[in-house]
Amino acid sequence: MSEQTLFKVTVDNITIEVPAGTTILQAARQIGGAVAPPAMCYYSKLQGSGGKCRTCLVEVSKGSEKDPRPMPKLVASCRTTVMDGMEVKNITSEKVVDARAGVVEFLLLNHPLDCPICDQAGECHLQDLSFEHGKSGTRYEFQRRTFKKHDLGKHIQLHMTRCILCYRCVFTADQLTNKREHGILDRGDHAEIATHIEKSLDNEFIGNVIDVCPVGALTDKTFRFKNRVWFLKPMDAHRDCPSCSGRVTLWNRGDEVYRVTARKDQWGEIEDTPDGKPGWICNVCRFDKKETSDWIIEGPREISRQSVIAQGHYAGNIGTTKPNETFKAVNDGRAPHLLMDIHDESEVNQPNIHLGKIQGPSHGDTFNTNNTHKA
Amino acid sequence: MGVKLLLEKANVPGIRTYDVYRREGGYAAAEKALKEMSIEAIVEEVKKSGLRGRGGAGFPAGMKWSFIAKPEGVPRHLVCNADESEPGTFKDRYLMEFLPHLLIEGLLISSYALGSNDTYIYIRGEYAWVATILEDAIVEATKNGWLGKNILGTGFDCMVHVHRGAGAYICGEETALIESLEGKRGNPRIKPPFPAIQGLWMRPTVVNNVETLAAVVPIIKMGGEEYAKIGVGRSTGTKLISACGNINKPGVYEIDMTISVEDFIYSDEYCGGIAGGKKLKACIPGGSSVPILPANLLLKTAKGETRYMNYESLSDGGFATGSMMGSGGFIILDEDQCIVKNTLTLARFYRHESCGQCSPCREGTGWMEKILQKIELGKGESSDIDLLWDIQRKIEGNTICPLGDAAAWPVAAAIRHFRDEFEWHINNRELSQTSNFGLQHYADPIHVPA
Repeated sequence: MSEQTLFKVTVDNITIEVPAGTTILQAARQIGGAVAPPAMCYYSKLQGSGGKCRTCLVEVSKGSEKDPRPMPKLVASCRTTVMDGMEVKNITSEKVVDARAGVVEFLLLNHPLDCPICDQAGECHLQDLSFEHGKSGTRYEFQRRTFKKHDLGKHIQLHMTRCILCYRCVFTADQLTNKREHGILDRGDHAEIATHIEKSLDNEFIGNVIDVCPVGALTDKTFRFKNRVWFLKPMDAHRDCPSCSGRVTLWNRGDEVYRVTARKDQWGEIEDTPDGKPGWICNVCRFDKKETSDWIIEGPREISRQSVIAQGHYAGNIGTTKPNETFKAVNDGRAPHLLMDIHDESEVNQPNIHLGKIQGPSHGDTFNTNNTHKA
Repeated sequence: MGVKLLLEKANVPGIRTYDVYRREGGYAAAEKALKEMSIEAIVEEVKKSGLRGRGGAGFPAGMKWSFIAKPEGVPRHLVCNADESEPGTFKDRYLMEFLPHLLIEGLLISSYALGSNDTYIYIRGEYAWVATILEDAIVEATKNGWLGKNILGTGFDCMVHVHRGAGAYICGEETALIESLEGKRGNPRIKPPFPAIQGLWMRPTVVNNVETLAAVVPIIKMGGEEYAKIGVGRSTGTKLISACGNINKPGVYEIDMTISVEDFIYSDEYCGGIAGGKKLKACIPGGSSVPILPANLLLKTAKGETRYMNYESLSDGGFATGSMMGSGGFIILDEDQCIVKNTLTLARFYRHESCGQCSPCREGTGWMEKILQKIELGKGESSDIDLLWDIQRKIEGNTICPLGDAAAWPVAAAIRHFRDEFEWHINNRELSQTSNFGLQHYADPIHVPA
């Protein structure tokens, strides 16, 4: 294997070296934390995804070492590859924060905000996004758009009103199944996910569209209205499945399995199996194996402490909470980063005169003499 | 009488047929290009001519051609963008309808220069009869050996295919056009990669407007340098303008870009003045997506200089006090026209034509339309104007393709220049339903700071 070219890229003043061809978003995710732009449509496991939701817009303040001109517009970080010496501003750019708040407002414009009755609540990316980047109120005063209900068969429930048209489920069906039976009908603000004339989705792997959906537009009919996700105990488990990896997360209450999902990483994407392939699971594992005896339980699944699901759950051993984690532990082992070096920003730290040359320390008298003329 | 390069022979009876077109000197440029000129020489002539894309963006055509990737063994394509859907623009239709062979000749020369053996004309679905005219012309040209295999014994093969779109405005965006041509949903692609690297079927592709490709014929005929002498500055050659709205003589005019806007509107050779002896209130000079200008800023720039019909002069002053040449769809509004209603009509168009792929455009265009509808129906509030301004600001530049910008600019310009008309609508809710704001001060000479 030939040596990979490494590009230096700086995101929010943190420099990192990544292989050529990496996108800005992936580079920012390697840095982690708040530096990583949010992504509603981009899904690293799905080819061609991204670029549509515009939540990951960032400002490129320096194009590259060779061509240092800044990019004129904000760019979608999920689809823009890094250049050597590129400087990117995410949360340190006012333009980005403003544009992102705008995008959140647009996404919520026609969203029903029916979180109290939505099964996705608690693990919804749109909830997180609006909490972190949105505004508390809306300026929209018109009737929200609604759709006629489409039946997608016995396993998957479609709530088109909640959809943000990220196209992830379309890419999933294209890339995981041998025939895609649903797609986008119409265009503009009346575009909708639908099958052609009420066809049902019954491919062996189509259940994965539920996992990729960032909102509650596609939900699991076998789990619908049964429980709230934050009341359930996530447990890693596996079984010997002839068609998929069989590595799943069970969502239990007591001994009852309420639902089965694929394992998701910190970005809400499907985790890779040990052999490096995305751990998509089949419909049999997802919808039919709802007994604890079907599974070999590995242990509790760790859920990000920020998530509402983690609330009321064990952080370490049950009963003995350990709130005394070090900053490093909370931050996934990352050292704390300075987002902005105030030594460069403030003149106080870089006086033009050498401090030693100032005659003596100033005291009350100095202040008084200097201010007498103002009185 | 201005110089005419494209429409010179448009009025010759039967020019639509091959025989008449050939007799009038047609295909001479193609013969010259294929027999006497090298590929590099053709590209060089087009570069020298300074020809700028006539579709709206005004990007130099020669430079676009030189960007095309030339990997070994991969076919390249030329696609002619005849999906002319910008409201107010109908110059390509005129050209294709009356001079189909001029376009085919231009396509042949350009295909030869770019090495495209399969060239496509993507024509909007509504131009069904024009598509038939083009198809007939292609059959004639093929019969006479100008298309097909081994053209003029040079060993160059070229076929031109006409593809009818289904009438979506978004398919005029080059990557959406390519998607649609491939048989997919007409969603714009995310760039990069640009079509010059990966276009139609992931092959290097150049997409040019009808008028741009037709202009290649006179460039080859007279040479790039001669062509560049016509016009002014970086606005070389001639431009087709489709004039419409409240004027006496709507139609397609060929201008040489040295004429002033005032002359163009009022001279008998062109628009012939405002219809019914009324006064000029505003104008959208380059197709519906470019900023609207009030009469005083249209005829004179903010510096008090005369405004001319060319790329530089029309965009003088930026978006603050200028507009754009755009596609050449020249829409005149007289004193009886309501800017709010006009903006609503445009906003409705862009809401309807948004592909729905990216969120700012999908949601924002609908929101703007609803607010404008509210103001127009006399239910507006004073906060609505600032809200509109904020929405357009958040759409502009944040979308995948220029449709977001195209939807935002007309709203922005209407508020920028006609804010008092919006305020009048909001403050006089009942009156605004029965009467009109009128001309007011929009034609008054503007104060020029010394």
